[in-house]
Amino acid sequence: MFDGVTIGQYYQTDSVLHRLDPRVKLIGTFVYIISLFIVNTWIGYLAAAVFVAVLITLSHVPFGFIMRGMKPILLILLITVVFNLFLTPGTTLVSFWKLTITYEGLDFATKMAVRLIFLIIGSSLMTLTTTPNQLTDALESVMGPLKKLHVPVHEISMMMSIALRFIPILMEETDKIMKAQIARGADFESKNLMKKIRSLVPLLVPLFVSAFRRANDLAMAMEARCYKGGEGRTKMKPLVYRTGDYTAYGVLAAYAAVCVVLRAAGI
Amino acid sequence: MIKTEQLVHDYEVRDDEGNVSGTVRAVDGVSLDVQPGEFIAVLGHNGSGKSTLAKHLNALLYPTEGAVWVDGMKTDDDLKLWTIRQEAGMIFQNPDNQIIGQVVEEDVGFGPENLGVPTAEIWERVEEALKTVGMWEFRKKSPNRLSGGQKQRVSIAGVIAMHPKCIIMDEPTAMLDPGGRHEVIRAARALNDVEKITIILITHHMEEAIYADHIFVMDEGKIALQGTPREVFAHVEEMQQLHLDVPKVTLLAHELRKSGIPLPEGILTKEELAQALGLSGVSDAQDR
Amino acid sequence: MLRIDDITYVYEQGTAMAVNALDHISVDIPDGQFIGLVGHTGSGKSTFVQMLNGLLKPTTGHVYWDDQDIHADGYNKKELRSRVGLVFQYPEHQLFETDVLTDVMFGPKNLGLSDAECEKRAKEALRQTFLPEEFWKASPFDLSGGQQRRAAIAGVLAMHPQILILDEPTAGLDPKGRDEILDMVRDMKRSLNMTIVLVSHSMDDVAEYADRILVMNAGKIMMDDTPERVFARYRELEGIGLAAPQVMYIMQYLKECGLDVNTTALTVEQAAAEILKHRRELNV
Repeated sequence: MFDGVTIGQYYQTDSVLHRLDPRVKLIGTFVYIISLFIVNTWIGYLAAAVFVAVLITLSHVPFGFIMRGMKPILLILLITVVFNLFLTPGTTLVSFWKLTITYEGLDFATKMAVRLIFLIIGSSLMTLTTTPNQLTDALESVMGPLKKLHVPVHEISMMMSIALRFIPILMEETDKIMKAQIARGADFESKNLMKKIRSLVPLLVPLFVSAFRRANDLAMAMEARCYKGGEGRTKMKPLVYRTGDYTAYGVLAAYAAVCVVLRAAGI
Repeated sequence: MIKTEQLVHDYEVRDDEGNVSGTVRAVDGVSLDVQPGEFIAVLGHNGSGKSTLAKHLNALLYPTEGAVWVDGMKTDDDLKLWTIRQEAGMIFQNPDNQIIGQVVEEDVGFGPENLGVPTAEIWERVEEALKTVGMWEFRKKSPNRLSGGQKQRVSIAGVIAMHPKCIIMDEPTAMLDPGGRHEVIRAARALNDVEKITIILITHHMEEAIYADHIFVMDEGKIALQGTPREVFAHVEEMQQLHLDVPKVTLLAHELRKSGIPLPEGILTKEELAQALGLSGVSDAQDR
Repeated sequence: MLRIDDITYVYEQGTAMAVNALDHISVDIPDGQFIGLVGHTGSGKSTFVQMLNGLLKPTTGHVYWDDQDIHADGYNKKELRSRVGLVFQYPEHQLFETDVLTDVMFGPKNLGLSDAECEKRAKEALRQTFLPEEFWKASPFDLSGGQQRRAAIAGVLAMHPQILILDEPTAGLDPKGRDEILDMVRDMKRSLNMTIVLVSHSMDDVAEYADRILVMNAGKIMMDDTPERVFARYRELEGIGLAAPQVMYIMQYLKECGLDVNTTALTVEQAAAEILKHRRELNV
């Protein structure tokens, strides 16, 4: 069901990027995404392209594997491009039937496409080189200041990491229940929408029941192991910055500066 | 180590509106006394109250009547709650629903993290615990890639890393295949033998109970039979009435006895049966 | 009758992770047998039983029901699944309706039967699984584990299968629940003249109930014979992580100690009878 989706997957290998502190990668991705909206010229995109190309090389993740992550968003990409292409007013470039492509439309559409593609590549590069665990740790740490605003930062990241642990289990369970109901003559392949929704009841009810039972069990198991929230907890794998991480922050700052300068200079 | 006195537990029964409409007595006047270092088995069919009893032993439930002490601490003492849970670890039935970490070593570290153990010591404890259950080489694996028996061993390591004095295992083998059952029971026995950790094993597989120092058989919330394995399994007919098995060799001896062959009750091994049948060459055969 | 002709099944075909889950299996399952299917976890048992009702399609090879290829174009698989009933492990996890009776009617309804007929079949099935009538209108989630399991098995029975495949039907049950389920299956086989395929880890259970045993290992059928002859090869069984029934080991030991008995006994009753017979012959 989820074949070929590489977004959010971890690619197991060893590289400079893999070893980087997850906080650097999280903040870096954030800065990179903002940079894509700061720059608006082809030179600016070239800078972003060079930056991300260097990162891909450093990551040791095959380029083809990263591009596979594009598949699910291809449709969104296409719609965005088509809308911008035909609906942007400006100097007419080509015109046929009732449609006109303007010079501005073409410019805008291609830039939009490039932006989206770069955005996906950048964020998948983060998830490909960071385990879900490191990512939740980084989130907890980066969002740390929000604790003062009574945001349950620890609880949110604990929930995320438990959810990640149970996704494969629940997927397997879905498959099992589905097969069991098919064995009882259930039909999950109906084309009729209403029928399709109704046919999901025999799947969803047992799935929810099972999820609640698991949640119950897990809560009890956590309590039995003295879990009492984030207060007074130590970390087995605390996040510690090393020299490489500071260098990475430096490189990131330099890249951000370049983007801002390019924008200000209008190049 | 663990003591209960006239322990009673009532569950509330709620009607469709969520109002309490009555109570069901799951544990009914249980008194037991477990000494440090003992291996205890609690047998009983489903619904006999053995799981409810287990949850009292590390303060996941509180007595309706009576009292429970863990290492001298009364379980309804709020100040002692976390000490009790650290000293009396618990293993549950479903191997999937008690593993929190996405990597084996992180799961084992979860308990020590909760206790506020310093980072360096967590790593020491994780290593020691995983080596004790023989799962060290799996430390970097995802729990989803392990067999049921391996998952339960990881759960046991997770408890050992908290340095408990006692481990309560609530049907840890009910969902495992014979290989997995064997792994888990071997790990439990080793903990008892080598680490001198008190083990309370709740099960309905009698073959897991024959090595226990003492067996409690539960029925309808009460202790129906207790004693050494030999004493308990000598009551073949009572055990059958309680819907429990006895070892096949015990049953065979019992059948032969009924047919007039003079054999003692409570035979637990094939060697004892051979001896009781007056067969020679026992020692020869044992060498093989 | 079901005929499995040289089937192979490869998981994740075309990837580096390709695994040969089933490796050239041919088996006939004629009417009226009680077959025990044993094998180590991961031996391919579960994959194999999903082949029998067309839930999985073999990578190569064919499955025939009454001499028709079940994967031929236009073959009515729904009809097949009512003939070849499959009860999964922990079947109670598939209950979903508001009451037990309606849940059991789910299968017959999918076959397009009238409401009256569905209800008739459901009640019949619940009687066959000995679920007391007082529970029929209860929510399945209010039943005990053993009762839930019987309700779930009734859900498959109500489709009137000729072959009933049960994957570890006693997993997680206590000795009483186990005996009840297995006795129920045996009674059903006798009264409805069904074919039973019992997938089990317990050699003692298989020895007591089955009249033919299939042993699977590494995706192959390693043995296909009567219980006596399969368990006589207990050394090979041990080699693949299985064992003979415990009674056999006891008898073997007694023989080694000099008691001249026949060691083919598989159950306690047989063993006791054998020892007594031996004693009578010696006039002890």
